[in-house]
Amino acid sequence: MTQNCCETSSNIMILACSGGSSVGQLSNQAAVELAQEGFGKMFCLAGIGGQLSGFVQSAKDVPVMVVIDGCSVGCGRAILKQANVQLTHYLVLTDEGIEKNKNFNLEQADIDRVKEAVKRTVNGNPPVDSWPTETGCACGSGR
Amino acid sequence: MEIKVLGPGCSKCKQTETIVREAVAESGVAANVEKVTDVMKIAGYGVFGTPAVIIDGEVKCVGKIPKKEEVLSWIKK
Repeated sequence: MTQNCCETSSNIMILACSGGSSVGQLSNQAAVELAQEGFGKMFCLAGIGGQLSGFVQSAKDVPVMVVIDGCSVGCGRAILKQANVQLTHYLVLTDEGIEKNKNFNLEQADIDRVKEAVKRTVNGNPPVDSWPTETGCACGSGR
Repeated sequence: MEIKVLGPGCSKCKQTETIVREAVAESGVAANVEKVTDVMKIAGYGVFGTPAVIIDGEVKCVGKIPKKEEVLSWIKK
């Protein structure tokens, strides 16, 4: 889970609700693929929900995060609120027109759609101003 | 007081350790400062990045160099 601070990939924190429905699992699979493609790094929403200080403080200190909730119940957002973590970027898959059901046979087309929506959400909305300016790798390599 | 500075050894991790040690010396608080460089051990603390500072088991900052004033406020509580 811990990144090497001198790695070259993005410091965007990706938190997926990973819930027990099609859209929950879509959020998870999209997060996995985005991390594999270097868009950001997956992090444990469960650790934040468990109020473990390493996870909560990491979420508070990261400059850019995106929370992917499958549906409007908004479990991911609620977990961050409980932990007093400020949300920077947020996406609800059912708001993107994706149906919530119990079909766990995910379609690659839907996964790709979610990935594009995540990228659009992050790239189209700069993070709020209150985040620290000295962030991310912090290894002194200039990245 | 037990203070751990997590970081594999890059310049900002070293800077963080220096700041923490300076703050401890300045405060006069009895504290043991340990630098943790083993990536697997760092992973066990659940942090997203480094440097990170842990005081008595509580993670205080992640992925950035803390200011000395911040460290002082953490250790004086």
